[in-house]
Amino acid sequence: MTITDLLFFAFSGMIVVSALGVVVSKNPVHSALFLVLTFFCTSAIWLMLEAEFLAITLVLVYVGAVMVLFLFVVMMLDIKVTEMRKGFVSYLPVGIGFALAMLGIMVWVVGPFGTGITDTATLNQAVVHGANYSNTKELGKVLYTDYVLAFEIAAVILLVAIIAAISLTLRRRPQTKYQTPGEQIKVKRNDRLKIISMDAEVKK
Amino acid sequence: MITLSSYLTLGAILFAISIAGIFLNRKNVVVLLMCIELMLLAANMNFVAFSHYLNDSAGQVFVFFILTVAASEAAIGLAILVVLFRNRQTINVDELDRLKG
Repeated sequence: MTITDLLFFAFSGMIVVSALGVVVSKNPVHSALFLVLTFFCTSAIWLMLEAEFLAITLVLVYVGAVMVLFLFVVMMLDIKVTEMRKGFVSYLPVGIGFALAMLGIMVWVVGPFGTGITDTATLNQAVVHGANYSNTKELGKVLYTDYVLAFEIAAVILLVAIIAAISLTLRRRPQTKYQTPGEQIKVKRNDRLKIISMDAEVKK
Repeated sequence: MITLSSYLTLGAILFAISIAGIFLNRKNVVVLLMCIELMLLAANMNFVAFSHYLNDSAGQVFVFFILTVAASEAAIGLAILVVLFRNRQTINVDELDRLKG
């Protein structure tokens, strides 16, 4: 058993335990923190698969942004924990049975003891690259040439997500006073200033 | 010995756990969204493993796009959740039946 095997089993064990923690913990805050741990261990596994750029992206984007967003929302909402847990035990047999059935089928197909379709020579071409190999450079070469259209569509999707999230949560309170620049520009002199004719006032 | 099937089995276990989570936490929308993130992570694990063992970087590009779409999905989902809570004062799925005829 080499050090790589040991690291793989350690990190995958932590992934499984923390994923179970996401599912079964009572408090949604604990679920979110367990999910952070899952993402960290997954990024370690991806480092072992020589996907360094994606591993770092997972930590930066998911742990840094998405999970912080989750934690903000969980803490902002008033979640009644006991009410949410109602039905947890009654759904337990169905959930575990369904999950085990799916797991059995999937492991039979892709696992080491089942159909053995992953043992073919075409699926075992792993190349261990040298120290001067840059995963980011390789990914960038493919991303900006073959997949440039998909890359731009992804950028548009992110823009749509920003606009959608802001416009969904934007709220106009009736009692708050706003400026409307359009109205301000359109104003005429006669709307503001009124010239009246009156007699001159004389100092006594 | 770590082979491709080890990584695929890990992805399958992760997917099965998140399936169980969707069954168990049927009332809590926040945990449901977290389970969907776990499912996407399991799919990404398969992509990265295949990309390594086929020596083809296209799989990693797909993971990149899945991460993008998942991030925007989480942002919009949480925004909908906040609006929902503002209007109904609950995120319990059982009480979200206003559209029922």
